[in-house]
Amino acid sequence: MMDNIVNKNALKRAKATNSFMTIFFYIIAGIFLFLLLTIFIYILYAGFHNFSLPLLAFNHSGIGNQLFNTIYLVVLALLFSTPVGMLAGIYMAEYAKPGKLLTILRMCIETLSSLPSIVVGLFGYLVFIVMTGMQWNLLAGALAVSILNLPLIASTTEDALRTLPIGYKQGSYGLGATKWQTIWHILLPAAIPQIMTGVILAAGRTLGEAAALMFTAGMSTDISWKSTDITSPTNPWNPIRSGETLALYIWGARTEALNMNAEQMANLSAAILLLLILVFNLSARLISKYLVNYSQGK
Amino acid sequence: MTVTKQTAHNIRQDKIWKYVIYMGGVMMIVLTLSVALFLLYRGLGTFTTYNHSIFEFLFSTYWAPNDTTVGGGKVGAAVFIFGSIVTCFFALGISLPFSLAVAIFITEVSPKWGKRIFQPAIEVFVGIPSVVYGWLGLTILVPGIKELFQMPTGFSVLAAALVLGLMIFPTMTSIISDALRSVPASYRKASYALGATRWQTISQVVLGAAKSGILTGIILGLARAFGEALAVAMVIGKVKAFPTSLLSPTTNITSLIASDMGGAMDGGEYNIALWSLALLLFFITLFFIFLIHYVSKRGAVQHDG
Repeated sequence: MMDNIVNKNALKRAKATNSFMTIFFYIIAGIFLFLLLTIFIYILYAGFHNFSLPLLAFNHSGIGNQLFNTIYLVVLALLFSTPVGMLAGIYMAEYAKPGKLLTILRMCIETLSSLPSIVVGLFGYLVFIVMTGMQWNLLAGALAVSILNLPLIASTTEDALRTLPIGYKQGSYGLGATKWQTIWHILLPAAIPQIMTGVILAAGRTLGEAAALMFTAGMSTDISWKSTDITSPTNPWNPIRSGETLALYIWGARTEALNMNAEQMANLSAAILLLLILVFNLSARLISKYLVNYSQGK
Repeated sequence: MTVTKQTAHNIRQDKIWKYVIYMGGVMMIVLTLSVALFLLYRGLGTFTTYNHSIFEFLFSTYWAPNDTTVGGGKVGAAVFIFGSIVTCFFALGISLPFSLAVAIFITEVSPKWGKRIFQPAIEVFVGIPSVVYGWLGLTILVPGIKELFQMPTGFSVLAAALVLGLMIFPTMTSIISDALRSVPASYRKASYALGATRWQTISQVVLGAAKSGILTGIILGLARAFGEALAVAMVIGKVKAFPTSLLSPTTNITSLIASDMGGAMDGGEYNIALWSLALLLFFITLFFIFLIHYVSKRGAVQHDG
């Protein structure tokens, strides 16, 4: 009899605690959704509320050149990191035998992926600037940044190849194809959408990188759009010129407020970066959604 | 005849690509090793070329390296090391309870909302560049703290901890929610079948089973906070002294490297001392990696019984 009452009370208490905690979690989650939305809208509002086209101009009073540099740098970095990362990924998925070398390679990839970007920046500064005797330049920046996104591309490639059905490979070998023919004609085409997702995410990370670039790509940009000589230090397409990106501009704007509307330009840079990242995330999402539908035969 | 020619060509091609692919793998190893070797080669200079003791570097607060190759300055980096530790742990303290609560919400309480709204929102916030977080801190948080506490400037440990906390919140939330999601559904069903409420199931079954994954999330969050340079440098005040309170400015390892490396003479004592700090960051990174392996190995052992 007594036992029954105690149990009833305990049950009541457990139920009350449960309802309380449920409400508590809804409140916390609500607060955070609100906070994230506020930050998101604030960045866009601060960037665009008194937007005028001259702010995007391709000269010193606009951030057009920085926007160009940012995209150019991402492309240069991917030109290096995509092939090397994919080769390393293919090696791990198809060629490597379990053993010492594979363990070391995995440790290396893990180390690279968690290196602080300022450390990568210092390494890039020493190797690509000091040791080559060059001035700060976009190519050095691109190489430094590609160190940061190599691990991501390598591990996505490996995952993409490993999740393919074993039948693909067996079918190809059964027809007498060599290993390379199997990889090139069968496995890679099937794995490309997933690898693309990784490359896009890597590009998204590169967009906003600044610490690895401040001592490699340089904190200034001087472009003459009329230049036709690609070896000229003011030609926009010359990779051996200093190239400030949007993220570096924001970093510079905190102290070096040389320009009257430096703060406004930094706000705009932040808003543009946010939009670019949104676009990259959405396209990665769309590709992986397509991938799921495709694999289910829809 | 043509068939065998074709076959010979295929075999040759197969071999060539095999070597190319091996090169890709080898290149990753060479790259990592060269980063490590250059850091060691430069960073150890403080202790070999300029004859400072490791004890002085880690525990002395007297920081006055010479900007020449003559040396003879002081390289006590305790202030910066303390600055890094204190900002990171405050950031973790601010961020962790909320990360846990939001992760529980999106996996256990309302998976539908979690998947539709929170997951994509958190992904976007993971991708926001750290300078943008720093810029928000500089333009909103720093003036806000100045106003609120009537301080001469708003640059402070508090501002740095809040910026870092905001920055690691999405990272930790997504890793912790992955960990909670990977707890088998049968655990929850068994708990409900015993008459447990949802909160009892979460607090006594799910959190316990996901312990090692949650720890991994915490370590990765800490690692990100430790390595972050510019966002912190924008709000910490860069004053080379211990903070006297949460509201006083100080500096940390990464801010110091970011602000002073550009001006230091290459190969000089100052330059090399900054490299030693970078080497220290590298060792801390390795330590975090080791910790993650240790934690997940222990987690695996527990799961197997």
